[in-house]
Amino acid sequence: MRRSIVSRFAGLFATCGVAGMSLLHGASALAQESGAAGQPMVGAPHAWALGLQPAGGVVKEAIHDFNQLVLWIIIIITAFVGALLAWVIWRYRADRNPVPSRTSHHTLLEVAWTVLPVLILVVIAIPSFRLIYWEDRAVDAEVTVNVTGRQWYWHYAYPDQGNFAYDSYPIQEADLKPGQLRNLTVDEPLVIPVGANIRVITTGQDVIHSFFVPSLGVQKYTIPGRTMETWMRADRPGTFYGQCNQICGTNHWFMPIVVQAVPKAEFDAWAAAAKQRFAQDGGAPAVTTAAAPAEAGTQVAELRR
Amino acid sequence: MATASHTHDEHGHGHHDHTPGFVARWFFSTNHKDIGVLYLIFAVVAAFVGVGLSLLMRIELQSPGMQIFADGQAWNVAVTAHGVVMVFYVIMPALIGGFGNYFVPIMIGAPDMAFPRLNNISFWLLVPALMLAVGSLFVGGAGTGWTLYPPLSNATYQSGIGPDMALFSLHLAGASSILGAANFITTIFNMRAPGMTLHKMPLFVWGMLVTAFLLLLSVPVLGGAITMLITDRNFGTAFFDPAGGGDPVLFQHLFWFFGHPEVYIMILPGFGIISHVLSTFSRKPIFGYLGMAYAMVAIGVVGFVVWAHHMFTSGISVDTRAYFMAATMVIAVPTGIKIFSWIATMWGGSISFKTPMLFAIGFIFLFTVGGVTGVKLANASVDVILHNTYYVVAHFHYVLSLGAVFSIYAGFYYWIGKMSGKQYPEFWGQVHFWMTFVGVNLTFFPMHFLGAQGMPRRYPDYPDAFAGWNMVASIGAYISVASFVVFLYVCYRTFTSKEQAAANPWGEGATTLEWQVSSPPPFHTFEELPRIR
Repeated sequence: MRRSIVSRFAGLFATCGVAGMSLLHGASALAQESGAAGQPMVGAPHAWALGLQPAGGVVKEAIHDFNQLVLWIIIIITAFVGALLAWVIWRYRADRNPVPSRTSHHTLLEVAWTVLPVLILVVIAIPSFRLIYWEDRAVDAEVTVNVTGRQWYWHYAYPDQGNFAYDSYPIQEADLKPGQLRNLTVDEPLVIPVGANIRVITTGQDVIHSFFVPSLGVQKYTIPGRTMETWMRADRPGTFYGQCNQICGTNHWFMPIVVQAVPKAEFDAWAAAAKQRFAQDGGAPAVTTAAAPAEAGTQVAELRR
Repeated sequence: MATASHTHDEHGHGHHDHTPGFVARWFFSTNHKDIGVLYLIFAVVAAFVGVGLSLLMRIELQSPGMQIFADGQAWNVAVTAHGVVMVFYVIMPALIGGFGNYFVPIMIGAPDMAFPRLNNISFWLLVPALMLAVGSLFVGGAGTGWTLYPPLSNATYQSGIGPDMALFSLHLAGASSILGAANFITTIFNMRAPGMTLHKMPLFVWGMLVTAFLLLLSVPVLGGAITMLITDRNFGTAFFDPAGGGDPVLFQHLFWFFGHPEVYIMILPGFGIISHVLSTFSRKPIFGYLGMAYAMVAIGVVGFVVWAHHMFTSGISVDTRAYFMAATMVIAVPTGIKIFSWIATMWGGSISFKTPMLFAIGFIFLFTVGGVTGVKLANASVDVILHNTYYVVAHFHYVLSLGAVFSIYAGFYYWIGKMSGKQYPEFWGQVHFWMTFVGVNLTFFPMHFLGAQGMPRRYPDYPDAFAGWNMVASIGAYISVASFVVFLYVCYRTFTSKEQAAANPWGEGATTLEWQVSSPPPFHTFEELPRIR
């Protein structure tokens, strides 16, 4: 009976180890897949995937590299602890080791397992510090977009492209066209030029939402009364999906984000057309609620004020 | 100590020789062991609610599309209630109120808690608190998540009495915790038997002492935050409303100033239990006792200065993020000391694999998994894409649902013979362990994959790509729920057992004071104070 317990324990640890390894391989396979040039990229979740979504730009690539480092370290630590446990369970079970030792101190060992983790943490912390400062703000942003989360759709404004603004609503399941992703498709995506640093300014209006696009490595809350900044960059043309990531009421699960990255010329043409198309908004900046009554889609905001 | 012995004393005055009648014993109790038992029963009752809600949630998430919930609001209410019930009415009552009350006085050789009547009201405050929490489900509930962030929790977005009931429920539970914490601190500092110095105290008592300090210092902050939320909701104040000069982020700081110590509150008593179980079944003293004790103190202290790692995407400045990132990673060091000291305790031992030991070993491995994902999440740089995803859900269920709950089960199997005088059936205990171990891992390990792929938490319906792992997680949840049924069967078999448990069924490895008294201990544990060498 005891022997079988031991072997089952060991088996489970091995299973977890294999799962961890496949996690790593899955992540790198996805990263490679995203490297294929030419085809517009789709930044969306994949069925049965184990790792991060493929990277659509530099920010996410940097996160990938760092994630890979930490993932290796934590897998090794977990495997090490699992192996120690398996060894102890096998070697020191009562029928193999009937007389226990009375050792309860070993200063060198205790110092070692205090200092070594500190060193490992330093190895993690140094690239992590560099990364958070680099992730924080865009350098020489070419385009600024104002993002406002509203119950339950997104409001985007382009102050520097003619100061137009529009709403981005999710597409109901019944209205999806073939090939469109359920719960992820919107009517008007957030369009950005490829290869440009995009400054993202988030503001809130009703409750807190979170602007979250995994494949571009960007997430920021949209908080009422606050204006916050982050940035993103898509280095390949493509469609990058995200979802609201902070509980915001009954339709929290149904306010997807679509970022469409297109070549610069196409973006300029889109912006010029969009300026005409959304002209009736009066170019309302996202935060100005005074302009909201002009829009059909801002009823919730009106209810509040 | 009272000298008179009234058999039926409705006012709960002193009893010396024999047990009071049923009503006096269980409703006006001043006996730490009876109150501990009440807490444990309470935790099991609340667990039916908490587990039931998680079962409903996994049924909903089993496949894409809305299955059994009417809408997102009903879902959000279930998510919130699951969190609140599990944290405040299952884990805390079981570990702190239950095992803490029962064993802290015995382990330090005290006749009872310092304030027996305070102890009684600590427990009875929890009963209306749970009633309010469960009652709120029937009047709309609070669809805010257990974090209660305004403005979503403001009257504008969560109307009705449901959120107010949930907030009052937290107030009562908080008052109960603060009173209990004061009681534990006083007891541990003042009522140790002669010779029981702080550095001889069992590690479970150390864990409870640190926990009590965390409760005493953090829960009042929650009380302040939810009081302001209640007045925002009902009396037109604007503490958290920017339109009135308030700030939603202020609430997040206040909540997490409580909320982060809270997660250590839920695990530190468990650390103590695991230490005892490992030492007992390895027949070896704890390795590095002082390091173990002060690692818990360090976790408690540092646990107070890391709260904003829950807010890396809330717009706190990059320097602030850098500080909270560094401070958070520091916690890995004392936690590592504990993990390695536990393994070193087993090293060279003569290990027997009884059910409590299985849960303890399972705890070490699963807590390691939950711990290392915590190190990853501590990095604000990568937390940008993991914050609020299922990766976080996986992480905190590994340390709580698997960590804290495994320590509760370890404590249950370790001590049930002592508490009830009846021993549990070993075979069914082991069945319970293996079912739980497989079930919870199957439930929560795939959540790492879902989170890495960007599945946000608190979603009743999700993009179709997430369907596969969600199905696996749901199957795991059904196994876990079945294992809870096995646990109830273990309870039934234990309490109907004819076999009388020995004073010390575990042999020479069990060295703490509770194994020196009979099973169950006499109504008044120590007629005279024990002397500790």
